[in-house]
Amino acid sequence: MNRCLKILFFALLVKPMVLLGLGLNIFFKARLPKAGPAMVVANHNSHLDTLVLMSLYPLSQIHKIRPVAAADYFLCHKVVAWFSLNIIGIIPIQRSNIRDKEALFAECHKALDNGDILLIFPEGSRGKPEALSALKRGIHHIIKQRPSLKVVPVMMHGLGRALPKGERVFVPFNCDVVIGEAIPFEEDAKQYIDSVYHSLNELLALCMTRQSIVLDE
Amino acid sequence: MFNIPLHSFYMMLFVIFLLIAGSLIRLRLQRKNPSVDYTELKQRIQSWWWMIAILFGILLAPTTISITFFALLSFLALKEFFSIMPTRQADRRVLLWAYLAIPAQYYWVETAWYGMFLIFIPIYVFLFLPMRAVFIGETKGFIRSLGTIHWAVMLSVLCISHIAYLLQLPVINEEAGALGLVLFLIFITQFNDVCQYIWGKTFGKHKIIPKVSPKKTWEGFIGGVVTVTIISGLLAPYLTPLTMVQGFVAGSLIAVSGFVGDVVISSVKRDLAIKDSGTLIPGHGGLLDRIDSLIYTAPLFFHFLYYLCY
Repeated sequence: MNRCLKILFFALLVKPMVLLGLGLNIFFKARLPKAGPAMVVANHNSHLDTLVLMSLYPLSQIHKIRPVAAADYFLCHKVVAWFSLNIIGIIPIQRSNIRDKEALFAECHKALDNGDILLIFPEGSRGKPEALSALKRGIHHIIKQRPSLKVVPVMMHGLGRALPKGERVFVPFNCDVVIGEAIPFEEDAKQYIDSVYHSLNELLALCMTRQSIVLDE
Repeated sequence: MFNIPLHSFYMMLFVIFLLIAGSLIRLRLQRKNPSVDYTELKQRIQSWWWMIAILFGILLAPTTISITFFALLSFLALKEFFSIMPTRQADRRVLLWAYLAIPAQYYWVETAWYGMFLIFIPIYVFLFLPMRAVFIGETKGFIRSLGTIHWAVMLSVLCISHIAYLLQLPVINEEAGALGLVLFLIFITQFNDVCQYIWGKTFGKHKIIPKVSPKKTWEGFIGGVVTVTIISGLLAPYLTPLTMVQGFVAGSLIAVSGFVGDVVISSVKRDLAIKDSGTLIPGHGGLLDRIDSLIYTAPLFFHFLYYLCY
């Protein structure tokens, strides 16, 4: 039932919206992991990020894409929680008061064991429009236990203008989605996070819309 | 046949014939030099097939549908402009209003309200958008931003809507019909792009504006203008109300302004250090990369025709 709703939601609403309202410049689509277990790490500027990334997959596979999202934000309202869990299929994760790190990522590991593709925004929050904030180390905790997991970086640009944090009105813009090469595992957390950050920044150079941002004072 | 005016029908057949010829030449090239990578050429020709199929389908549909299609074209072009040009985050609402100019402008086209069609963007939109921006209150970068926005709206909404208005002009050349004018304009404009390219590639030596477009040469430009002027003079009496001599003038007008449109959009891209304006059309780049010359030729051809015949 929910899977039907999910497919309808993506087929009738998300995909046409992404096609017409946004329009994507996609680079290196073939680098996107076609099947799980795998992880996609992307920059985060807008609620649209999740929908755009999921829309890159065929309808038959959309239920395998699991965005990891903040429990404090998405679960605090009943309707939003139902929608996030059942239609989008998020894996809720705590952002504060963390005691047991193993328990924190239990759901993520369960999804990976199930052959799903995790969608993670390591910035932790949408932040300022079109600016890459410092990355959190959470992803390294997951990968430490699965060094062979395929981790693919994706840089998106333009969505922070189409629907930035704190805005309700959507404005059409073309957006770039640049998919990078899989990031090799490294034991050291800081080094690993640095190489993810570096890779995202490199992908930014390929974005066609990169010049269009004028930051407000 | 199919209720298509005969001359326009033959013109469409001719274009399809050209496409078939193009596809066959590519296949022969591929067979002759199997080691050379013709992927881009293949993509380009495939995209041409798609564009022609969509355009012909739309032109044969009822006028309202054709007009809606050109509105969509304006929307995609304006979106591409806004996506590559620098605008402030504070301008988001202004941009939304700029988008809303599209349905209004094409409503004037649909109702054939000529006066409003002409002044709506250069007067009402021109005066309204800065007002909306003032209420947002961000003054830093105001001039640059509003200039950019209005320029984009003029090029992608006002200019492109002239193609749609051609369909609303009273038919004078019964055998070509209203779509004859659109076929003539689009064919001559695109033919000019191809001619200038081929002349330039074959004989090109002296660069015109190396800083903007290093591949554009005087030989290509002049060769293109001459060829297009002749073809246009021969084609004009067949597809439009123009005489042969008027067709020569229309042809040179389209050839020169098409060149200008091309290099204007090239300058925009060079300023932004990007190669293409988007990825909408495989092998061609963005929509603006394809219709850059049409943006210039459409209003100029329209008003030339309007002055002489209406």
